[in-house]
Amino acid sequence: MVAQDIALELPQGVRFALIGPNGAGKTTLMNLMTGMLAPDSGQIFLGGEEITALRPHHRVKKGLARTFQINTLFPQLSALESVTLAVLERDGHAHNWWRGLPRFGAAIDEAQGILDSLKVPGTRVTRELPYGQQRLLEIALALATRPRVLLLDEPAAGVPKDESAALFDAIAGLSRELTILFIEHDMDVVFRFASKIIVMVGGRILVQGAPDEIARDERVREVYLGKTHA
Amino acid sequence: MLSSLATVLFDGFAYGMLLFLLSVGLSVTLGMMNFVNLAHCSFAMVGGYATVTLVNSFGWPFLATLPMAFLAGGFISILLERTLYRHLYRSSDLDQCLLTIGIVFVSVAAFAWLYTSEQQSARPPEWLRGRIELFGVNFATYRLFLIVFGLAVTAMLVLLLERTRFGAKVRAAVDNQRMARGLGIDVDRAFMLTFALGGGLAGLGGALAIEVVGLDPTFALAYLVYVLIVVAVGGLGSIGGSFAAAVVLGISDMAGKYYFPWLGAFLIYLVMVALLMWRPAGLFGKR
Amino acid sequence: MESANRHFSEKVRWRWLEVAFWLCTLLPFVVTPSYLSLASQIAITALFALSLDLILGYAGIVSLGHAAFFGVGAYSAGLLAKHYWGEPLAGLVVAAVAAGIAGYAMSHIVVRFRHLALIMLTLGLGLLLHEAANSASGLTGGADGLQGVRVGTLFGFKFDMFGRTAYAYSLAVLFVCFLVSRRIIHSPFGLALRGIRENATRMPAIGAPSRAHLRKAYTIAAVIAGIAGALLTHTTSTVSLEVLSFQRSADVLVILILGGAGRLYGGIIGAVIYMVARDQFSGINPQFWYFWIGLLLVMVVMFLPNGILGGLSRFFPPKT
Repeated sequence: MVAQDIALELPQGVRFALIGPNGAGKTTLMNLMTGMLAPDSGQIFLGGEEITALRPHHRVKKGLARTFQINTLFPQLSALESVTLAVLERDGHAHNWWRGLPRFGAAIDEAQGILDSLKVPGTRVTRELPYGQQRLLEIALALATRPRVLLLDEPAAGVPKDESAALFDAIAGLSRELTILFIEHDMDVVFRFASKIIVMVGGRILVQGAPDEIARDERVREVYLGKTHA
Repeated sequence: MLSSLATVLFDGFAYGMLLFLLSVGLSVTLGMMNFVNLAHCSFAMVGGYATVTLVNSFGWPFLATLPMAFLAGGFISILLERTLYRHLYRSSDLDQCLLTIGIVFVSVAAFAWLYTSEQQSARPPEWLRGRIELFGVNFATYRLFLIVFGLAVTAMLVLLLERTRFGAKVRAAVDNQRMARGLGIDVDRAFMLTFALGGGLAGLGGALAIEVVGLDPTFALAYLVYVLIVVAVGGLGSIGGSFAAAVVLGISDMAGKYYFPWLGAFLIYLVMVALLMWRPAGLFGKR
Repeated sequence: MESANRHFSEKVRWRWLEVAFWLCTLLPFVVTPSYLSLASQIAITALFALSLDLILGYAGIVSLGHAAFFGVGAYSAGLLAKHYWGEPLAGLVVAAVAAGIAGYAMSHIVVRFRHLALIMLTLGLGLLLHEAANSASGLTGGADGLQGVRVGTLFGFKFDMFGRTAYAYSLAVLFVCFLVSRRIIHSPFGLALRGIRENATRMPAIGAPSRAHLRKAYTIAAVIAGIAGALLTHTTSTVSLEVLSFQRSADVLVILILGGAGRLYGGIIGAVIYMVARDQFSGINPQFWYFWIGLLLVMVVMFLPNGILGGLSRFFPPKT
């Protein structure tokens, strides 16, 4: 059992950090929420609507988007092509095989806008982008779907210090109307951006609450934070 | 009626043993490294032609050539693994397919040039060629030999896998390669040895097949399909699965030829497609 | 934004090299009139390879049984000409529809699988169809092939042994299908297919219905392959069982890889090289042909993974 007895509610506009030791089931939880994994029992609701039976791409259409811990990008597509694709899929134009891409100016412009706001160059091929910009492209792809809820799986993972500023600006700049849940190991990021923290251990939710409550919680300290973070 | 049913079952089971020997190596190596080796039956062909040469040109007794067939198959597979295959473990399915299809083409042409396209034969000793009567039914001795041999090899493989440290490493690597490496298991070496063993068994199967289905350069392609069916249906990395699938396929093929000859191989392909759709990872596969 | 749009529009532009290429396809009429039959066969093979490129090069589906649709198209056109109507264009339509239906039906199965299961299924379905055609000799002529196919005239031109009508016909159909394929590749759908090829996991995460996209691509590819099959029937006035064979599926795969998959022209380049070479070496034992092809395959995979066009793309920017 990787994840059990999860009872979680994410009110709109709140930013949650999901923390816990390796193997605690955090990514599994995200996979369950996005539909990549099917639960043995239980239900998932989005905005009051049950989505438990919906396939992953339908959940995205309902407004649930995610990024991946390991870059899951389109290596040979340019950043602009990638984000434009996401926009086209969102607007239902991707089935169109007759009109040329240049005719979809609105989608292209919107994609360029998203990339500009995250400061990712559009015309370079994805696999040639530096790692930090690839992480930003991960977020750009998710944002292109116009989500209501955004799940970020370790957005700062592996990003070197000199590139992390851009990443943090990007996260800080995310709309306040978005509900965000992010998995992170970097406690600086967690305490900087999260208004609520959820702690998972051994597949269960140990405790959830405001950052200072969590920092003071003995059980959490024992399990995860370590005595130095007072 | 009953005796013909018994014959079909018996012959089918023997054929199944042959298919098992030909397929088990591919199943395990596919399960371990996910390397799509379509040239696997070329290894069988190498073993078969080794036996043919030793028996016909050097006068060796048939049974004595079997270990050589095994070694020939094993040798060729290690050679290819070290020189070519090794570089493609992380490549796409397509690249692996193409490389190994290329090797098949080369091997078919090479053997056609060396031995001509004609059917070869390498006769086993007299005492294996006759018929035996058991329970009032006539059985071909050679097929009985195949069954006994096949079961013996299966037993040895199972023992190897379940009781030795090498076997434990192989099982771990099939189950979860990353974890196995993390535990300090030399997966690459285990794979190389497994690959050699599988190639050797294929070579052995190729030699044993001569008496039953003959040998010519198209063997590498003709039996590839059957081997792939056994592997795909049985499930990657599973000896038991390969065994079951090989037996089912062997008996179905015999039954089909006997009772519905006008259907040809249609039945086999239909069964395979249906089974794969029901269980894409094979009957005993893990994914 | 001008510059953003230009990123896409510059890929859609016709390059002078492309125009030159298509003009060169007219040369055989003048320069090598005795080879027009071969030229037709090259055009047909190129069209078949182009259809495979749509699913392999652009969507990433590895198929070892694509000849199934070529064969369905060939037999449909043959049966129409034999029993009802010898008009070639009608044969093309019937072949396209028949192959399209077959492709659509198979696509529901094919898109649900990956890796070995996918390879096996495409192989198995191809073999199945081949066996079925072999057995149904009342309809198809079995191993002897379809006899008595009488192909009519094309706009008043007969299909004769000089091959002019055949080549003009094949080339025209190839060009039209090429234009359609080019359109598809530069459309949102084409981008979606490339997305699936580049990262099938990411597609559902951006809300893409991958399976629906793949079914559509597979069907379109089947239609084009069927048209190629019909062309073969019309230009040779026969249908042999070989049109459904694994050999044909393997050959077209080799041709596409040789030329370079996912580059629109790869199938055409590969077809030209392969067919011309095979014609030149036709005196040699067929086994030796496959020896060199096998060796070439090994070389291409080890050293030139993107085929000839991939190797050349260092000098010319890729189409997409």
